[in-house]
Amino acid sequence: MELRIAHLYPELMNIYADRGNIITLVSRCRWRGVDVRVDNFGPGETPAWREYDFFYLGGGQDREQRLVARDLASKGAGLADAVERGAALLAICGGFQLLGQYYRTSAGETMEGVELFKAYTVAGRRRLIGNVVVESRMDGNIFELAGFENHSGKTYLTEEGQPLGRVVAGFGNNAEDKTEGIIYRSAIGTYLHGPLLPKNPELADFLLQRSLRRRYGAEAVLASLEDGLEREAHSVAIKRAGR
Amino acid sequence: MLDKIQNSIPGISTKVALSRGIVALSGRIGHGGTTLPGRVVRVLDGDIAPRLGRKLDQGCVLVSATNGKTTTSAMIAAILKESGLVVARNREGANLAAGVATALLKNASLAGRPTADIGLFEVDEAVFPAIAGQLDPRAVLLMNLFRDQLDRYGELEHIADMWRDAVKKLDQRRTIAIVNADDPLVAEMSKLKRDAFLCFGIEDSTAGGLVMQHASDSKYCTVCGTPFKYEVLFMGHLGKYHCPNCGNRRPSPTIFAENVHLDGMRGSSFDLVTPDWRQAVAVALPGLYNVYNALGAAACCFGLKVAPDQIKNGLKSFGAAFGRVERLIIGEKKVCLLLVKNPAGFNEVVRTLLIEPGQKNLLLALNDKIADGRDISWIWDVDLEALAGEVLSATCSGTRAAEMAMRLKYAGLNAKTLKVRPDLKTALRVALAHTKDDETLYVLPTYTAMLALRQTIHKHFQTENEMADLVWK
Repeated sequence: MELRIAHLYPELMNIYADRGNIITLVSRCRWRGVDVRVDNFGPGETPAWREYDFFYLGGGQDREQRLVARDLASKGAGLADAVERGAALLAICGGFQLLGQYYRTSAGETMEGVELFKAYTVAGRRRLIGNVVVESRMDGNIFELAGFENHSGKTYLTEEGQPLGRVVAGFGNNAEDKTEGIIYRSAIGTYLHGPLLPKNPELADFLLQRSLRRRYGAEAVLASLEDGLEREAHSVAIKRAGR
Repeated sequence: MLDKIQNSIPGISTKVALSRGIVALSGRIGHGGTTLPGRVVRVLDGDIAPRLGRKLDQGCVLVSATNGKTTTSAMIAAILKESGLVVARNREGANLAAGVATALLKNASLAGRPTADIGLFEVDEAVFPAIAGQLDPRAVLLMNLFRDQLDRYGELEHIADMWRDAVKKLDQRRTIAIVNADDPLVAEMSKLKRDAFLCFGIEDSTAGGLVMQHASDSKYCTVCGTPFKYEVLFMGHLGKYHCPNCGNRRPSPTIFAENVHLDGMRGSSFDLVTPDWRQAVAVALPGLYNVYNALGAAACCFGLKVAPDQIKNGLKSFGAAFGRVERLIIGEKKVCLLLVKNPAGFNEVVRTLLIEPGQKNLLLALNDKIADGRDISWIWDVDLEALAGEVLSATCSGTRAAEMAMRLKYAGLNAKTLKVRPDLKTALRVALAHTKDDETLYVLPTYTAMLALRQTIHKHFQTENEMADLVWK
């Protein structure tokens, strides 16, 4: 079996060690004997959208994010089509914001997003920083996601937007409505870094399982792994969030 | 006499006396005597530190950087002492305004006169502008900007802008600015065209490489945003760069290192070249990052007109700054303490370890307290994959021990070599038990873990070193 991952803007969007998520996806495939290929795409480079099972977009600083917003405008349709066809996607922090409808800066300027997510973001006055715990329900299972957030943008979901989960500790999308992130089909946007996937192996496997199904159909199943350290790191992260 | 002074500077001696009393007292009650007096005096009189600072005969020197503040300041202090000056310094870690005020108070007579010749202060990147504005320094040494504790600072370019504005406000003849040509963000300052200005860098391209580390930060042209082209990379984003689009490029350093030779944990040597002279220097600290520290210290002292021999001897006599690279013997075993606090520094420590032959025993202690940065994601930016196959045992400790062990697992280390022991004392016992008598245990703690480890070693372990040197009182 083989999975193909497209890492979008790895050079520009990598501020919170987002590479850790890629390392985790790759390792968890290899440990199971699943071949995996990661291709990087920078500005001006367009993936063959239907060739990939998984798309990844990390977070960036303001200037980098502006460069990416400009480039992403021409890619939104291809990316949205891939998601409609079952590809998995994970977008962290700035990546999450750029895939929404728009971002309004504190100066009142509006940066258009690609509208893959039913969400929009407005600049906030204070930075929302700290450990987060989110209770999430995926494929019928409830689990707690642990991570770290650091953002000043406040994201609001529109009526059709379904949050990734409910904030148990920390701020989440906007520090107001207790929602965190968004999930649409197999695409997830979230403010959680830390990085997110190493210490939330269930989420990593959820995304891998969806990717594998896209390519090989419903009977493709992931073998289980020894996750002792992952679970320990997860429970420590939850405790550090004051839970 | 006292009246006269009090008349000329109203109230200063009372305030100095009171504050010095607090210095003595806080030392005795075990507060560590680092910033409490400074905090008190700032409440009493926000003006007293600048007034004391401006009275120093030889003025003040400020050192700021993400990496190397403490070591570089200690090197400058060694050189200045070699040149016969009495130096007033702040304690490492006490690098905010209160720490600087405390150092000035400790080095003042009751009458409010400085007892030192020159002030030397390492200052936090974010408070550098404020302190530079207050003290009217004679020299400012700006070394590098790396990603560090983003939960506290915000973004690198913002700090670079703040630095540039602060330097712009300093008298362009009276204050000499010494900056690193190899760091694009810092080297921007060469465009201010100051009269009193020096920049330093490494010229020996064989000391670097061409592969960019994952943690590299400022890869884009500071003028037009195009990716820089690097002729060579020395550490993180430090190197010889130019912009293929707009022609923006690394300024030619006036003071530079040639013939760099790295000799593993034992140290390094290089030829120090200035516009006036050339001198072979050696430092007993490992890694290219310490070559940068020595080069920065030398450039700063050249700017202060210290003689070449004194620079050379000062660097030679220099041991190590608190917790940066310390060697001790515990029981029969050699232990080497190497502080790690951000990806760029951690990468350099890994690179230095790999120069040493054989597989290593490691103790990695990761804390997530405020002084370490509560966000620990940075360990995933470190190129720890280089350690795969190079490690005999890796004991992980600290508040985030499990995350550290997990990082090493994903870096490809054999899971059997990984032990998780959050308690530092237990971890040190376990790590020492895995280390044979003729082997070395390399201890890599984050900042607060380093402080706690030193206390633990002091209390619970037999060492051959003088513990007075090991633990701050």
